[in-house]
Amino acid sequence: MSEIQLTEDNWEKEVLNSDIPVLIDFWAPWCGPCRMVAPIVSEIAEEYKGKLKVGKLNTDEEPGIAVRYGIMSIPTLMIFKNGTVADQIIGAVPKEYFIQKLEQIID
Amino acid sequence: MHDVVIIGGGPAGLSASIYAARGGLKTLLCEEKLMGGQIVLSYEVENYPGFPNGISGMELIENFTKQAEKFGVETSYEGAKSIEDDRECKSVYLTNGSCIKTKTIIIAAGASANKLGCPGEKKFTGKGVSYCATCDGAFFRNKTVAVIGGGDSAIEEALYLTNLVKKVYIIHRRDRLRAIKILQDRAMENKKIEFIFNTIVKEIQGDKLVNGILLENRKTKNMDRLAVDGVFIYVGNTPNTKFIEDLIKLDENGYIFTNENMETNIDGIFAAGDIRVTPLRQVITSAADGAIAASAAQKYIESKL
Repeated sequence: MSEIQLTEDNWEKEVLNSDIPVLIDFWAPWCGPCRMVAPIVSEIAEEYKGKLKVGKLNTDEEPGIAVRYGIMSIPTLMIFKNGTVADQIIGAVPKEYFIQKLEQIID
Repeated sequence: MHDVVIIGGGPAGLSASIYAARGGLKTLLCEEKLMGGQIVLSYEVENYPGFPNGISGMELIENFTKQAEKFGVETSYEGAKSIEDDRECKSVYLTNGSCIKTKTIIIAAGASANKLGCPGEKKFTGKGVSYCATCDGAFFRNKTVAVIGGGDSAIEEALYLTNLVKKVYIIHRRDRLRAIKILQDRAMENKKIEFIFNTIVKEIQGDKLVNGILLENRKTKNMDRLAVDGVFIYVGNTPNTKFIEDLIKLDENGYIFTNENMETNIDGIFAAGDIRVTPLRQVITSAADGAIAASAAQKYIESKL
């Protein structure tokens, strides 16, 4: 598994100060669609290794970050570039759609 | 060449894949976004036999998936863009541009939740508008929400939300619910639920997040604003048949016609689950359809030997 577990402690280092874009999967264990989206996120993490960092944020364990970024629906996938939100995807979407969004953001 | 390509990984597609792979067919299951389909959104499935205490849609699907894996089903997260029929060799074109050759196809792409189509719905999706109470209910603890719809899903999810929120308004365009009686009774007895009948949503309003909805009474034409923090939408489904409409015979609502063997109008192409014309759309009927479709596909392949 090449995804990073994100918390308040590593958020700044791994997300805000990352040299490469970061895709963050906001999820929770009781969210069925989140669990089903996870394999697609893992595939993306593999395919974009080195060009994209992929992180998971459990909204149950880290409600502070979820609130700060206005998360009201999961799965939400946010793409950070240079420390700010470059794009976001709400709900389960086809992998192709992820890739389209990522291709616009990744150099 | 594959023996069977199954399009859609909900209960129908997963069940078909279990039967096909267990029957020795070289099986590919394509699911473009949500393995498990719509049932994954359900907090609890109460009527699938074998689980007397109920089971969450997610756990049920995880079991289906494990069973499919056990029999060696190959899965792909590419969707089907189109299909072509060349008798004994059919083609499934995937979203990544590849083309899979197969002897048979089972279409089990299900249906997607309808949108309300009113102003504000798109803007506030993920900002108070939700299509999954199980996923998002926790973000509305002690708040006031509206559930739009009057069918089984609307009432089930409204009942689930009462465990978390302060108040649930159920807003329905007709004068009575369509949901089965046991659900209606539970909702009527629930003190957190208030019904607003004969009413449609004209607009979802808010600033950064939803803060209200504009309602119109269909009889009096009176407009009213209702303050809510969340809007959960359950207003029916539309079959995912756009990609095959040129080849497969559909009814006026876009559902696929099949016979009792799940055969469509094209030899070797079958359909199963919510996507077909059927009197009941449940996990159990989808699973049964999948089993019949896989068995029929196997017989079709054997007849061509």
